[in-house]
Amino acid sequence: MSDTAATAEAKLPKDLAAEKGLVNVQIDGVWLQVPRGMRMIEACKLAQNEVPHYCYHPKLSAPGNCRMCLVQMGMPPRPAPGQEPTYDEQGYLPIGWMPRPVIACANTVSENMGIRTTGDIVTKCREGVMEFLLINHPLDCPICDQAGECRLQEFSVEHGRGGSRFVDMKVKKPKNVDIGPRVRLDDERCIMCSRCIRFMDEVAGDPVLGFTQRGTHTTLTVHPGKKLDSNYSLNTVDICPVGALTSNDFRFQMRVWFLKETKSIDVNCGTGANITIWARGNKLHRVTPRQNDDVNSTWMPDSHRLNFHYIDSEARLTDPMIKGDGLHTPVSWKDALTAAAKDLKVFAPSEIAIIASARMTNEELFMVRELATELGTGAFTVVPRSGESDGLLISADRNPNTTGAKLVWGSQDPAAPLADIRSGVQNGSIKALLVFGEELTAEAGFSKEDLAKPAFIASIQLLAGPTADASHVLLPGAAFAEKRGSMVNVTGRLQRLNRAVEPPAEARDDWEVLRDLKAALQGAAPTAGPAMIEDLFKTVAAGVPEFSGLTLSKIGDLGLPVVETGVKIPLLENERARKAAGLING
Amino acid sequence: MAVVKVTRPKLAAGEKIYLGAILKGFVITMKHAFDSLRGKSRGAGDLASSGLGVTMQYPEQKWDEHLPDHYRGAPALVTDEQGRERCVSCQLCEFICPPKAIKITPSEIPSDDAWAKVEKRPLEFDIDMIRCIYCGMCEEVCPEQAIFLRKDYAITGLKRADMVHNKEKLYEIGGVREGLVNKWNELK
Repeated sequence: MSDTAATAEAKLPKDLAAEKGLVNVQIDGVWLQVPRGMRMIEACKLAQNEVPHYCYHPKLSAPGNCRMCLVQMGMPPRPAPGQEPTYDEQGYLPIGWMPRPVIACANTVSENMGIRTTGDIVTKCREGVMEFLLINHPLDCPICDQAGECRLQEFSVEHGRGGSRFVDMKVKKPKNVDIGPRVRLDDERCIMCSRCIRFMDEVAGDPVLGFTQRGTHTTLTVHPGKKLDSNYSLNTVDICPVGALTSNDFRFQMRVWFLKETKSIDVNCGTGANITIWARGNKLHRVTPRQNDDVNSTWMPDSHRLNFHYIDSEARLTDPMIKGDGLHTPVSWKDALTAAAKDLKVFAPSEIAIIASARMTNEELFMVRELATELGTGAFTVVPRSGESDGLLISADRNPNTTGAKLVWGSQDPAAPLADIRSGVQNGSIKALLVFGEELTAEAGFSKEDLAKPAFIASIQLLAGPTADASHVLLPGAAFAEKRGSMVNVTGRLQRLNRAVEPPAEARDDWEVLRDLKAALQGAAPTAGPAMIEDLFKTVAAGVPEFSGLTLSKIGDLGLPVVETGVKIPLLENERARKAAGLING
Repeated sequence: MAVVKVTRPKLAAGEKIYLGAILKGFVITMKHAFDSLRGKSRGAGDLASSGLGVTMQYPEQKWDEHLPDHYRGAPALVTDEQGRERCVSCQLCEFICPPKAIKITPSEIPSDDAWAKVEKRPLEFDIDMIRCIYCGMCEEVCPEQAIFLRKDYAITGLKRADMVHNKEKLYEIGGVREGLVNKWNELK
């Protein structure tokens, strides 16, 4: 009997949890095991009791200055000297509740702690804090871009009162302040949560924001002589819980409740930041980062998120065209593809080269290789695009799918043939050029004179430009927000693009164009080949060992690591170090 | 739940044969018939042109002065007593509109404008009167008291484009409303 008693004693909940590095916490009456060192607010989130908060952000330090997350806390009373602790039948110590509330964001959990997120004290606290926060808040909701996704609106509905008891004049502060090229500040709306200040300091490494004045006159401002011009400044707009910081680009364009959200990935560099695309109808309105702790945390660079306006610009190509007498005339897809196939058959396989793009998806690159096989040419390449890494999220490889090109084409350097193709075009040994998704006068290093040399150029292009102008057959393709597909980022993570808007007019998905071009070369029916992108992915996966067993839907919204490249994303390394140091909860 | 159970009233034997009700109705009809022959029916003065004074001769005669105060006609935008256009293009009416008749393009007020502090106003404001069902939801939802249903009911046009009221037309119908929203007039 004494044996079993000893075992029972050894298996108290606190010991069981301690073995796993966890602690027992009672949240609203339910005992839960959570990791040691976790903030109370995160523990409550685990228990699906979200505590309202403004200043707390899991990726930033917690100063605890908004006071919205007040909860009631209790610990077992300290036993008197010589007194044995008394465990209840479940093995927990009785909790002595503290009479005053504590903030859940800056306190960590400990063994046998109790947290109450409901009850009289907590309700009264939230109502009180809400009332204070709303004292000076202007009635700007009808003109405020944040309306619809404003935490102040949301919590004011939950915890606020109908009218204000405050009879004095509201404090006037600067409105519509120009603090940087991409961000607008409205100080009256600011609730002094300091998230933007901490973000610029801790994540972006450019601490230009700060508070001046005291008390009710506290004002968010930018350092004199400086501007909020970091390439990460628009993240402050995302994390601002109210409408104090708004994006100049999205300002007054559309109310957020009209926008449809589509989960996709960024295609401006090899990192492949996870994004949400916000569109109404067929108009893309904004791009925001989406949390993925293995890719971009919750951030993304401004240069990448604003790079979508070309999609519906004047230069966008909308119809397949054939060049005759120096002018392009719109024709049907069938005519354009038949003409391309007919013209290509004139040339010997060694006279044909394909320049594809590492901005294409795996599926499209696969179809490019299929097309090259059909034409019998071994000269197919992507265009390398490299720059400086910014030490945060922007990768040195500015192509989003270089790793994918390596995997799908089974090549260590898919861009290697480019130099030969370029000299081939220049010396006239390459007479026919197929260009997919690349502007050759840019990174590919062709001159306009070079483009005049080949006897035949067919290209898939998004925008009008020198290459489109030189193309004898011009096929309009789909932009990143208009297509589905998969890409592999620099760290070797397979991720998915999703369609947020339809391609304009006659423009089509690139993989469909490639499929139909191949069919036209074979003389088969125009839609011979895979009917859906899912089928195409399965065919790709069958040939690439890293993708074996995967389907588009299995990739999921957060992607899957498929290959180890050894490349690290600097911002994530910083974040992990800060998490390990206990500065943030992550 | 807010469910009210209604029981049918118990009818007496006299009510069940409903002959009395028919007679009652006949008497009422005859009373109106005699009144109209004597020229004493309701509205006889206004509707005199009909001869008997009971039928409105539309369109020679119009509903205009006979409409009740709560009548819901064409929606229109209003300006305030200082000539400021009240609408700030919050697009709540566009959101609430059941037949999706409203289309707004927002814009920023330039900084040299007298009302620059309002920051936002509609660049375009179109109401498709073919779609409009005169429900009044836009008036109810408006946080700035900028859109009202006026008493215009005869909305006509020769083509579909004529039936779309643009911003200019909406302000023309709407006119000026005083008071109500004063938050932009404070010392700001």
